[in-house]
Amino acid sequence: MTTNADRPGTGAAAVPGADGVRGRSPRQDAWRRLRRNRAAVVSAGVMGVIVLLVLFGPMLIAWDPDYTDWAHTAAPPSLASGHWLGTDAVGRDILVRTLEGGRISLLVGLVATLVSLLIGVGYGAVAGYFGGLTDRLMMRAVDIIYALPFMFFVILLMVVFGRNILLIFAAIGAVNWLDMSRIVRGQTLGLKNAEFIEAARACGVGPWGIIRRHIVPNLLGVVVVYMTLTIPQVILIESFLSFLGLGVQEPMSSWGALVSDGAQDMETTPWTLIVPAVMLTVTLYCFNYLGDGLRDALDPKDRA
Amino acid sequence: MPLLQLKDLNVRFDTPEGEVRAVTNMSFTIDAGESLAIVGESGSGKTQTMLAVMGLLADNGRASGEALFKGRDLLRMSAPELNRHRGSEIAMIFQDSMTSLNPYLRVEKQMTEVLAQHRGLGRAEARAHAVEMLAAVRIPDPERRIRQYPHEYSGGMRQRVMVAMALLCRPDLLIADEPTTALDVTVQAQISQLMRELRAASNTAIVLITHDLGVVAGLCERVMVLYAGEVVECGGVDDIYDRPRHPYTRGLLESVPRLDQPEETSLRAIPGDPPNLLALPGGCRFRQRCPHASDACTETPPLRAGGGGHRWRCFLEDGA
Amino acid sequence: MHGSGLLRFSLQRLLWVLPTLWMLITIAFFLMRVAPGGPFDAEKTLLPEIQANLNSKYHLDESLPRQYVRYLGQVARLDFGPSFQYKDWTVNQLIAQAFPVSLTVGSLAMALAFLAGTMLGIAAALRQNSVLDYSLMGVAMLGISIPNFVIAPLLILLLAVYAGWLPAGGWDWGFAAMVLPVVTLALPVTAYIARLTRASMIEVLHSHFIRTARAKGLPERKVIFTHALKPALLPVVSFMGPATAGLISGSVVIERVFSIPGLGSYFVQGALNRDYTLVMGVVIFYGTLIILLNFLVDLVHAWLNPKIRYDDQR
Repeated sequence: MTTNADRPGTGAAAVPGADGVRGRSPRQDAWRRLRRNRAAVVSAGVMGVIVLLVLFGPMLIAWDPDYTDWAHTAAPPSLASGHWLGTDAVGRDILVRTLEGGRISLLVGLVATLVSLLIGVGYGAVAGYFGGLTDRLMMRAVDIIYALPFMFFVILLMVVFGRNILLIFAAIGAVNWLDMSRIVRGQTLGLKNAEFIEAARACGVGPWGIIRRHIVPNLLGVVVVYMTLTIPQVILIESFLSFLGLGVQEPMSSWGALVSDGAQDMETTPWTLIVPAVMLTVTLYCFNYLGDGLRDALDPKDRA
Repeated sequence: MPLLQLKDLNVRFDTPEGEVRAVTNMSFTIDAGESLAIVGESGSGKTQTMLAVMGLLADNGRASGEALFKGRDLLRMSAPELNRHRGSEIAMIFQDSMTSLNPYLRVEKQMTEVLAQHRGLGRAEARAHAVEMLAAVRIPDPERRIRQYPHEYSGGMRQRVMVAMALLCRPDLLIADEPTTALDVTVQAQISQLMRELRAASNTAIVLITHDLGVVAGLCERVMVLYAGEVVECGGVDDIYDRPRHPYTRGLLESVPRLDQPEETSLRAIPGDPPNLLALPGGCRFRQRCPHASDACTETPPLRAGGGGHRWRCFLEDGA
Repeated sequence: MHGSGLLRFSLQRLLWVLPTLWMLITIAFFLMRVAPGGPFDAEKTLLPEIQANLNSKYHLDESLPRQYVRYLGQVARLDFGPSFQYKDWTVNQLIAQAFPVSLTVGSLAMALAFLAGTMLGIAAALRQNSVLDYSLMGVAMLGISIPNFVIAPLLILLLAVYAGWLPAGGWDWGFAAMVLPVVTLALPVTAYIARLTRASMIEVLHSHFIRTARAKGLPERKVIFTHALKPALLPVVSFMGPATAGLISGSVVIERVFSIPGLGSYFVQGALNRDYTLVMGVVIFYGTLIILLNFLVDLVHAWLNPKIRYDDQR
């Protein structure tokens, strides 16, 4: 009777996978968790549809956003008239205006988020890297700014610098980088002291190698999560501005401006309010669920 | 009637990766005043067994079988029924006293609420009892310290507070889950000593869960060795230490460094890792690490008995 | 130990308040001054002599640093100067008139948000992953995603225009006029607090000390209210600072939609009409309020959490 003692290589060292379970990298883990989060998956799908509609819709629809169809002013939605979602008081097709407006809203969302990303990542990385007093001062500044009413400052900036769309990007981004900086700082602090970085250096990996293979991938995850969560905040701010009359100027229109216009005529032509309102809300809703799902997938403990 | 009797206790956890079988068909009894040590590695199921008895399993855990305390099945009780026994007749203390005590409440509150709940004592009376108990576990200046928060105590003192809190209602059974693991050696000795004295004074049965064989010797009469959720050997403490029969028990004892061996003796470890509880091998669960394993070990090993209640599960006739 | 530790903590935090205020005032001042166009752009162009008179009356002809120092002095005396836009009024008077309105709506909204948010969050946490939990959190997500200015007109349409139960706007200090604005203002904050409370409560309920409390045989009610509630609410208390800022931001739109003569409305009007003094006065006023509130929140948080004071003293 042979025993394990006679068979070399068994028992003495556990053979990886001998018990039939494959190893999984954290990224695969995160991906699986994300896929299991039905809300996030559905949201991603809906987002995809909206983006496609917004990008290609206006090209495929017969009506121009500025075209005033005098034959059908303030017309309710109907298939017969060709205006599937109705027209506003001067006969402009609501569907195509909403989709065009979506382009602006999403564009602002993306660009302003990139601005806040640049500021936030830079600020957070510096604070985390230097640590100590610099870090505490910088983070204390963040705490203070966090508590001030952003709306007021954005309005202030808009009034000061005018309603240039580029400045809208910059203003919103400049006001919204706080969460990102906190997260990046936390990650940087953790990474700076991480043992695997020390180990990599001990193995002779050069500084660029470390940045490329260890720091960037670790930061990337959280940055993507917070980008996804920042975009809806930014779109929300832009729509607030437009609603108050301080956002993008005519003839450009965003969802916020459309809602503002629609709200004024809501008793007579409710669809002028409802269509852009629904688009805006659904988009924000989906972004929020997707961002939440990403955050839970990447760090299940870090729920809020 | 035995104080606590487990019959075929199974503990399973539902995880996204599948069902984890933490404890399989566990059966044992504890009589009044006895002291039992449950010994095993992490993941052997020793803690989960007792958590199941106390009704403290995590949300995704399920326990089946029977856990009879004074004849009544704890596993079938509703939470309010269970609460009548928990804290008063059966008490449990945990490993990490820093996280196991509520950092936001004063020690006084955490102790008096037990007395208020189970004995209906008023504030003043409960406080007096609590102070008395703190003194019994040798906390200095208990009148003043009882008003403090847990983080104002040292690790060893906090553990003593936990012991004091558990003994307030003079339980029949005390379950101690690795009470000394998080402490340094001198403090470990103090806590062990404390528990010995308290046992002598009050005839409380003790279940000591540990992976440290050194602590067991001074405190317990019987030892039960667990591996991968199953009992592999149990018996009196002398039998286990002097005549271990199961290869795993042997391995455990041999891995403890000893002062009477020459210095150059290398440390002996049991090779390999514990099995994956999601995909347990059939037959003897230790066979992949056992130096004496054979083809026969793919079947369930038979129960063997020595004298004086010494039992183990193995195919080998007299142990290796 | 409790008392003196708290005092030292308060003084430490207070030291931060003053530089923050100063930063706020300075930023506001320079931003407004950098803006192109004088305060009278909206009106017809004036003769140069009149323009010069106005400039000197409002000290606009002095150098920028001198205007700044003058302004600092004024603010220190709590004098925000005359309004550029409303010629017969000083900014102080305007604030005194408009603030009580905003304060009422804001405080009621905050109270509502806190109470409703925490109750909903706790309910969801106690029934984690149940139908109740998912629906509550779904609604909460909606609350965060729908902008005020979308909900407000919809509610006005439903409850004021169609059903006629509540007025569509205006302010008369009456209860009916307060309902819609307070509820609409509170909604996003309530939703956020509900999510925060739920997450916090769930985390606390998984702590070891909750396991110990159950092991002691305490009824679940006591476990939740005596042991879990305080630690679970700590993050919510910390959130009160940003929550106030959020309410103030939201008030700008709400006051517009419901035609409420509050400070937010005045601010927007001032911004659009380049009424320097009014805009700066409001920014500084609200900013100070928030900074002081944050200070209070820090104190309450420290008082509730015995660990913080201990850490600070080390």
